[in-house]
Amino acid sequence: MGLVDRILRSGRTLTSARRERSVDAPAGAFAEPNLPRADDHGAPQQDDLDARVRALVIRANEYGVDPFGMSRKHVAIAVRIARLLYRDYFRTETFGIEHVPASGRVVLVANHSGQLPFDAVCIGAATFFEAKQPRLVRAMVEHFVPTMPYVSYLMSRFGQITGTPENCRRLLEQEEAILVFPEGARGIAKPFSRRYQLGPFGQGFLRLALETGAPIVPVAVIGAEEQAPTINLRLLARLLGTPSLPMLPFPPFVPWPLPVKYRIYFGAPMHFAGTGDEDDELVDEHVRAVRNRIQSMIHVGLRARRHIFW
Amino acid sequence: MTSPSLPAAEPPMGTPRKLVLTGISGRLGRIVARALHRDPTWHLIGIDRRPFIGKPKDVEHHQVDLRTKRARDVFRHGDITALVHLGVRHDPRARAAEAYSWNVTGTSRLLEYCQAYRVPKVVLLSSADVYGPRPENPQFLTEDAPLLAAQRFPQIRDLVEVDHMVSTFLWRAQQCDTVVLRPVHILGSVRNAASNYLRLSPIPTLLGFDPLVQPIHVEDVAQAIVRALSPGARGIYNIVGPGELPLSAAIAETGRPTIAIPHPLARPLWSLAFRLGFSGYPVDELDFIRFVGMIDGRRAREELGYRPLHGLRDTIRAVDDVQV
Repeated sequence: MGLVDRILRSGRTLTSARRERSVDAPAGAFAEPNLPRADDHGAPQQDDLDARVRALVIRANEYGVDPFGMSRKHVAIAVRIARLLYRDYFRTETFGIEHVPASGRVVLVANHSGQLPFDAVCIGAATFFEAKQPRLVRAMVEHFVPTMPYVSYLMSRFGQITGTPENCRRLLEQEEAILVFPEGARGIAKPFSRRYQLGPFGQGFLRLALETGAPIVPVAVIGAEEQAPTINLRLLARLLGTPSLPMLPFPPFVPWPLPVKYRIYFGAPMHFAGTGDEDDELVDEHVRAVRNRIQSMIHVGLRARRHIFW
Repeated sequence: MTSPSLPAAEPPMGTPRKLVLTGISGRLGRIVARALHRDPTWHLIGIDRRPFIGKPKDVEHHQVDLRTKRARDVFRHGDITALVHLGVRHDPRARAAEAYSWNVTGTSRLLEYCQAYRVPKVVLLSSADVYGPRPENPQFLTEDAPLLAAQRFPQIRDLVEVDHMVSTFLWRAQQCDTVVLRPVHILGSVRNAASNYLRLSPIPTLLGFDPLVQPIHVEDVAQAIVRALSPGARGIYNIVGPGELPLSAAIAETGRPTIAIPHPLARPLWSLAFRLGFSGYPVDELDFIRFVGMIDGRRAREELGYRPLHGLRDTIRAVDDVQV
């Protein structure tokens, strides 16, 4: 693991160089009164990345991996990459991080957008960097990810898992935090014209929450929906056999995100009582409640911001 | 269809119970026989086409084919208390028709004998490979998961069929306590695909793929079989070893060099190597070093009280144990 160690060492010098820089703009200034303000606990604590990695709860065995393949060594690299995106590229402001419980099972539910899942990276970075007790949320990756070289095992080492209900149930029973995008692949590929309009939500996440008794923390991500104003080339996609082929109408054509400013709002946890075997109508009602909450958090967040890029 | 079940007659104390072990002459068979031999109440009867080299005096051995009348005679003459079926063959070089007949016909004959002569206990050693390594798999498959291995690996279908057949027998023959064990990759002084793979040098891997794998020590498998024979045990059980680790870590533990092959090249190269006889692995087995196919052993832990005795390190190093 010579490469891993080298990256870890280079990251450490990076940390000290960036320490003086102020991280966030005055955040509370334009927040609505009914929205939680950005958490401001000690900045040096926030930046002590290695201490945060050590503070993560990982049930690793003698070979350094947990049952889902997560390893502390690889997470340490992932959070260094995530910090570049979170702090420097998207200059993310996070509100209401105190709504993410410090321990215990929880389902984070967010809007999905942006062609490439940078919203997941930044939500994960927020719970890692901003919360008093760092948590690593485990997001679901698509089923084609395990068929790709490198990505397949790196995702697993970073703590990300193949999105199946069995995996979610197992993780929640082990008191972990999982991140769900109920809009799914249709959400991430949504066209620019439908930005900030939530697509239809699936029911799976709510049934899981009912079954395991996990609270749902609604999350609204502002910024990601404008990061890649793509057009979808349906004909070419059909030719290549992919579900969609989003491309930017200007160079570099691949949907690399524009440096928009991210604002992430965590809402108060929502508790639902039930067994997970309820009728669709009843579950739909709960799903609508979560969806409406996220939609209204998006509206409030959009009204509060000054500009897409700053 | 099922005849009214008679309670299995308890043998009087002191009388050895007769246990038929198929595939006793193989390396795994001999290790299992040794584990069972420690219990003096068992009288072992081996059935195998191969001779049993180094057979202890008190072990009875019949060098016959499972499908013949003489195998039936073993059951007819003796008041058999239990059958442990290890004699499932997985030889990629065997002719497909012959392997199918051996595995599927052989097993169905055995089940016929057990039904006809009222054997109260049947244990099949199947394998977790019957679930199949697939990119869509949940991290840990439970016993209820469908057996989909043949979807991507057609040659394994007779092993899947044997598992299905015995699982059906579990529900069909109520008077018989049937146990199907599905252990993960067995490592140790045996010659199976997993152990042989870790004995290659250099060990070929797929560039950019490093799935988690679950090994189990061959002695832990023998221990699980002993537990499955305990009275009242019945059902289908996943048998896991001491845990899971990345394939790369397992290979590093053996201390052997690796050679990483880009996966688009691996299939043509591997099938060429197989056809030329350089490799004993059919090309579809590549999925085992590419995707996750792990199982959940909770049921065996809770219901059979099975716990692995060997740690991960011991288990992997066991591939270099002296050959028995």
